[in-house]
Amino acid sequence: MTRTVTDVICPFCGTLCDDLEVVVSDDGKDLLEVYNACAIGAEKFLHSQAKDRITRPRMRQEDGSWKEISYDEAVNYTARMLADAKKPLMYGWSSTNCEAQSVGAEIGEAVGAVMDNTATVCHGTSLIAVQDIGIPSCTLGEVKNRADRVLFWGCNPAHAHPRHMSRYSIFPRGFFTGKGHTGRKVIVVDPRPTDTASLADIHLQVEQGHDYELLDALRVAFRGEKLPDFVGGIPKAKIYEVAETLKSGRFAIIFFGMGVTQSIGKNHNIDIAIAVTRDLNEYTKAAIMPMRGHYNVTGSGQVWGWQFGFPFAVDLSRGFARYNPGETTSNDLLRRDEVDAVFVLGSDPGAHFPFSSVKKIYDLPSVVIDPHETPTSEVCKVHVPVAFVGVEIGGCAYRMDNVPIETRKVVDAPEGMMTDEEFLTRVLARVKELKGV
Amino acid sequence: MAIRVNLITGRTIQQGVAMEAGEEKPAYTTACGIIELDPADFKELGAFRNTNVRVTSNHGSVVVKAVEATQGPHPGVAYIPMGPWANMVVNPNTYSTGMPTFKGTSVQVEVAKSEPVLGSLELVRKGCRGELS
Amino acid sequence: MAEFLIKNGFVFDPVLGIKGDVADVAIKDGKIVETSALRSPKVIDATGKTVMAGGVDIHAHVAGPKVNIGRNFRPEDKLFNCTAGHGIERMQGGFSVPTTIRTGYNYAHMGYTTVMEAAMPPLYARHTHEEMRDTPILDQGAYPVFGNNWFVLEYLKNHEIENTAAYIAWLLRATKGYAVKVVNPGGTEAWGWGLNCENVHDPVPYFDITPAQIIKGLIEANEYLGLPHSMHMHANNLGTPGNYTTTLDSFKLSEGIKPNSKFGRAQVMHHTHVQFHSYGGEGFNFESKAPEIMDYVNTHDNITIDLGCVTLDETTTMTADGPFEHHLTELNHLKWANADVELETGSGVVPFVYSANNKANAIQWCIGLELGLLAKDPMRVFLTTDHPNAGPFIRYPRIMKWLMSQEARDQQFDAFKHKDKVIEATNLAGMDRELSLYEIAQMTRAGPAKALGLSHMYGGLAPGLDGDVAVYDFNPNEPYAPDDIEKAFLNAKHLFKSGVQVISDHEIASNGNKRTLWVNARANENPQVMRDIKEKFLRYYTVTLNNYEVTGHYLRNPHVIEVDATQ
Repeated sequence: MTRTVTDVICPFCGTLCDDLEVVVSDDGKDLLEVYNACAIGAEKFLHSQAKDRITRPRMRQEDGSWKEISYDEAVNYTARMLADAKKPLMYGWSSTNCEAQSVGAEIGEAVGAVMDNTATVCHGTSLIAVQDIGIPSCTLGEVKNRADRVLFWGCNPAHAHPRHMSRYSIFPRGFFTGKGHTGRKVIVVDPRPTDTASLADIHLQVEQGHDYELLDALRVAFRGEKLPDFVGGIPKAKIYEVAETLKSGRFAIIFFGMGVTQSIGKNHNIDIAIAVTRDLNEYTKAAIMPMRGHYNVTGSGQVWGWQFGFPFAVDLSRGFARYNPGETTSNDLLRRDEVDAVFVLGSDPGAHFPFSSVKKIYDLPSVVIDPHETPTSEVCKVHVPVAFVGVEIGGCAYRMDNVPIETRKVVDAPEGMMTDEEFLTRVLARVKELKGV
Repeated sequence: MAIRVNLITGRTIQQGVAMEAGEEKPAYTTACGIIELDPADFKELGAFRNTNVRVTSNHGSVVVKAVEATQGPHPGVAYIPMGPWANMVVNPNTYSTGMPTFKGTSVQVEVAKSEPVLGSLELVRKGCRGELS
Repeated sequence: MAEFLIKNGFVFDPVLGIKGDVADVAIKDGKIVETSALRSPKVIDATGKTVMAGGVDIHAHVAGPKVNIGRNFRPEDKLFNCTAGHGIERMQGGFSVPTTIRTGYNYAHMGYTTVMEAAMPPLYARHTHEEMRDTPILDQGAYPVFGNNWFVLEYLKNHEIENTAAYIAWLLRATKGYAVKVVNPGGTEAWGWGLNCENVHDPVPYFDITPAQIIKGLIEANEYLGLPHSMHMHANNLGTPGNYTTTLDSFKLSEGIKPNSKFGRAQVMHHTHVQFHSYGGEGFNFESKAPEIMDYVNTHDNITIDLGCVTLDETTTMTADGPFEHHLTELNHLKWANADVELETGSGVVPFVYSANNKANAIQWCIGLELGLLAKDPMRVFLTTDHPNAGPFIRYPRIMKWLMSQEARDQQFDAFKHKDKVIEATNLAGMDRELSLYEIAQMTRAGPAKALGLSHMYGGLAPGLDGDVAVYDFNPNEPYAPDDIEKAFLNAKHLFKSGVQVISDHEIASNGNKRTLWVNARANENPQVMRDIKEKFLRYYTVTLNNYEVTGHYLRNPHVIEVDATQ
């Protein structure tokens, strides 16, 4: 016999779909099938069942091989490493639940760590821009129910957020959007004709790295002022057309992604995209939203927000919270040799940081907490596998529009495996012992 | 023969699926150990599709397999899915924003038929130990 | 649990009617008891000090999505004020939007033990509860917003009170909410299209209902259920010169409706931050209409209000009144965050600098204090700043100083750049009333506790009430300078919360045993409403119905108030 768990939340991307159905064996140990998920989400659920999964902590030996250790030893090693370090980096926090993030924040406080999450290589520049200019935004349901102008700037949901378009942005029929796709004008700005662009009414193939100019040109066009013949490789007639399309809508939404946050200009690209949104509110209703990547990167920014007041790059090493992106951000700290230990949970910097930063992690005392074997585990001294959040343990996660949803447990973790929260709670207790508090 | 192109990185659905299926597995290399080139750039490079190439920037060098752009045309722009291969060559400078410059790195691409594309773990391990050529 | 005897303090307690007499207060097992019930208490010498019940804040924005937007998008709010943890205290930071940890400690330092979060977007209820869970010491509850909710708009269009009530009961349970909050009724829904409702008869686009229908309908539904608190209202047209007529129109919608509640409240409408709603005149030539407003309040005993006093600080405004925040950013050109919430509400956040050099801000300062000084019944007029909108809550002691001392007010008038114009547009300069500590205790303890329907727990020192007691370094029988008031009430010497000493000699001694209050109202089975809920979730929400309800573990220590409205 099998049973079906409904309303399951997908712990992959910031779209945080909550309508998955998962078929599990009667004893709750095996996950058999996944419905409604995208290809990536389904793979995430199914991979948790891999037979070759690592289920016990391991420590790197002198000869480079792994030796299995107990969770007790892993807790002790981690606590000692953090307690002995002057300025450890505690990085990741995006593929885990808010409960674990909260315990992690307490550890960071106790050891004087720098706390940074994956926003640092994702939407960190957006967070900086929001601190400059604010952000008029909305929930995804507002988009579904009201939006008739949808602009994707430097993002490719067809690949990165596969169900975004069908659940929220292009195809759904909402309260005031009964015609679904046909009632919406879709605009894509991307240097490549992406699979998302193929669904658009208008694709602006901007020259890579010229987003700021093109966004600025839109502001000029809104006001009916003169433009040069080409901006960012786009002919001016096209820019006026897009400006008019946006202004004539009842509700415009701009989604933006790594194309603008990681290109040269960085936070300034987002600044001006938000300024475009502000401008549009003079003519109609408009909102803008970052396409957050990890399913709970948003949550870690929220937890640190209410505990420390900053969404990422929080330096606790002086005993109080400091925030200075460019100084207290992971890649800058690593490249400048300013941290003396690295703790990673819920992220894979080994694969996703520039190699010069990865090499620094390899050179330092380091621990990674991750269900998977990854390039990060390859460069760390201790690897602690844990239960999959959202599959083997529930907990709170925040969608890209900051809506909190409680993820569900659908199957048991392999016997004897700890969760992120359990492991961190043990580390916190041990750190307190070591620090004598 | 070598060409110079503007490199960008990012997610593809194949990258996402392979990453979740296990970064230690060959499918991850198939999904991410590649560079997507425009047909025009292939022509200039004088290479066949699915040839191994060496991609070099001011920041590093890596061998990947050259494939035809799946979301093109975009002459002059090359694409390596986000992952350890791309991160060997991207510009790590954050310009005081915390964000490395993952998109918009000038790279040179040259044919390297005889050099292998390493798996993700081996690539990172060898890189850390200084064992990469 | 420990026993405490707080001896020989000057006690101010409206519940027992004690006006500064020397008396002892006994605490045992978390409650106030007769002194004779103690066996071997720890004795706290309160000789020469002021003793009151723990403070109760009926309206502050201290937890939830928009508060956290304020924190995260204002690093400058933490400049030079982040502090290290020590002892049991964790790190803290922030001024107008402090971290949850500082929020709990700062309220405790002021002698407050209960704080209500004034606006919880239902879809974000989990977020609000997570923040409240991480706020030490304080008992808290949160008001879900209803005034722009599509269910409510559709039911009240046809005056379906029973359905509205059933929906309210369902939503309070789903969100673990405390009361019915209304913010700019209809106007925030209109903001979904960039529009607004500017008076109580301005129809809501598409929904074909007026704010007046929403207000009246929600009062009736609230009384149908007999909830502990009344409908809690932020009217249309906030902050606009000439808006006092809209405020009076909104007040009048409560006329003829009698409270139906077993929880001891006497009002059917609580109107919040009335300072922002008491403006006459036009444009920048605006003026105080506090007397007109207070004439109405003083003569109608089925409404209560809170002040929303401007404190002349740099602060962070945040409200579910989306169109107002857009108006504000157009005015001051500072950064603007907006967060519209599907089917339910919206919100905006904009930093704001209230300056003594700005005539309009000085007039706002006068209006807030005028409302307090014109109050005939301080049991119905409560001290707030609509934290952080008109000023941060840590200025409450400064407002007490202004309300209690004409000298302090005169000092502030002298600091205004446009003193003469401000005096001309207001009435405050001519007022010589100075509130007593007893009246302050009414406005900050007994009054709000009663209005919340919590007079069986909070607000006084009668035996049986919760052991929430504050001791201040203030001797009312000796001469004092106005600033001594602020100093003393900013820094309680001792504080007891549910019988636990959380402050000892001005230092945090315990993180207390915070509770989250919510109201479980049981209404008649209503298949139609349940069908409507299922339908809306299926078609219009982006979360499923089964993923909507806030479950137990978000409330570590819940205190459920049961209401039986089945009939």
